[in-house]
Amino acid sequence: MGKKAIIPFGPQHPVLPEPIHLDLVVEDEVVLEATPQIGFIHRGLERLVQTKDYNQFIYVAERICGICAFGHSMGYAETIERLMDIEIPKRAEYLRVIWHELSRIHSHILWLGLAADAFGHEALFMHCWRLRERVLDLFEKTTGGRVIFSVVKVGGVQRDIDASMLDEFITVLDGIKDEYAQICKAFLNEPSVYNRTAGVGVIPYEDALNLSMVGPFARASAVNYDVRMLGNGAYSDLADFAPILSDNCDCYARMEVRAAEVPQSIEIIRELASKIPAGDIAIPVKGAPAIDSEACNVVEQPRGECYYFAKGNGTKYLDRMRMRTPTSQNLAGMAVALKGCDVADVNMIVLTIDPCISCTER
Amino acid sequence: MGVFKLGKMTFGSLFKKPETVLYPIEQKPKPVGLKGHIAIEAESCILCGMCDRSCATNCITVDKQARTWAIDRFQCIQCGYCVTCCPKKCLHMDPDYAPASTQHTVDVVEVPAQDKPAKAEKADDNKPAATAAAAAEKPSETEQVPTNAKDRDEALLAAIALMEPEKAQRVRDALEARS
Repeated sequence: MGKKAIIPFGPQHPVLPEPIHLDLVVEDEVVLEATPQIGFIHRGLERLVQTKDYNQFIYVAERICGICAFGHSMGYAETIERLMDIEIPKRAEYLRVIWHELSRIHSHILWLGLAADAFGHEALFMHCWRLRERVLDLFEKTTGGRVIFSVVKVGGVQRDIDASMLDEFITVLDGIKDEYAQICKAFLNEPSVYNRTAGVGVIPYEDALNLSMVGPFARASAVNYDVRMLGNGAYSDLADFAPILSDNCDCYARMEVRAAEVPQSIEIIRELASKIPAGDIAIPVKGAPAIDSEACNVVEQPRGECYYFAKGNGTKYLDRMRMRTPTSQNLAGMAVALKGCDVADVNMIVLTIDPCISCTER
Repeated sequence: MGVFKLGKMTFGSLFKKPETVLYPIEQKPKPVGLKGHIAIEAESCILCGMCDRSCATNCITVDKQARTWAIDRFQCIQCGYCVTCCPKKCLHMDPDYAPASTQHTVDVVEVPAQDKPAKAEKADDNKPAATAAAAAEKPSETEQVPTNAKDRDEALLAAIALMEPEKAQRVRDALEARS
């Protein structure tokens, strides 16, 4: 038996786009225990809700994370709408979901590019980012922003998407779908990728449930849970929606689930674009949330379920705004997945969980 | 073999137009609604201060006394909330990004006086008092307003004389209606 040692992993590490520190207790190259440590980029954004009014805070909420920006603004706006008992126009709901699914596509393509880069596939990385650029162009044309959109407001959305632009959405996404299928085929069928990820970082179904894991990380362990199933907003008008599941429970399964979610999102956008009703995109909102009113909401972010809680105090400033982000749920699962793995596999496990530290620390 | 799996895509790229552009010689066209920077049509601004109060980062400062509208571009997050709050719709998002700068500066825009009858009247009333007091201490707003009716009427007539004929007629009609 070797001697126990602690290897620090992060916060600065080539495989990590965001800072997280792991204390890896290793013995003979095997990780016995992994202790995650966060707090490097805490900004205290939830506290800001007491100094910004509920309309202004939407621009703070979407700056929680660059990748989930749209999801956070949508989740926050929906929470405030529940708090104030506002029903937004149907068209606004559709537009929100279309943009939200588009941001899921951009997030998953970004992740695939980073995964390819971590494996040393430079060309695949470039191809992924080339596809992502097309999605960002769609965002730029319709919202005026590439990463931070500022297009959601309490009571609806600020900009409309006309029919010709929706057609362009479908054309561009069809092009992406074909090329994305080729990239996924090249990546997932690659023996070096399969050998490094299959059977690594296994979390069985029971553990995934016990650890309250969410998102593709949980769905790769056969947990049949996706907030989109609940049918909030325009998701209720989808003809058919079934979460993509895998029961292999390992890193490879997580990659497969994420890869399959992009075509699913494209289909959702296609369906909603064909069904989108005409009408207003926003309703005027006046007044403030009532004293001691409380509301909660869940949104399926690219990384999983994000829970929002808001409490009003009779003024336009909220008493409390709380967000429980998917990565903060998944950190416990990550520590379990790392237990017993090889030191060389740590970066693969961390990468396939796709942690978003900005969201977690807020 | 992994080498050939992307072969179709990579080989096809040889015959396609490049995805990238030769920046800065060539630049991608900017979409119409791009949120580049906040621009103001100073002629329509009424200095109400809604943009100042609505700004989440407090980057806009409206000074009614100095008639200036100032924005700190380094602090602005280009959310566009001020644009939606502006009652006169004189703010808009320009598609061009603000140029890079090595110094922290604040853009100050002088807002010209509005040609509204009431304001013109007040501004003209203040003029003689302001010139008279230029050598002495700066008088307050209340001191500048003529107190007796005769002075006020004279100031009003002087203000009307400086107005455009149509506007002057409207003001006269309004005064007659009031009397």
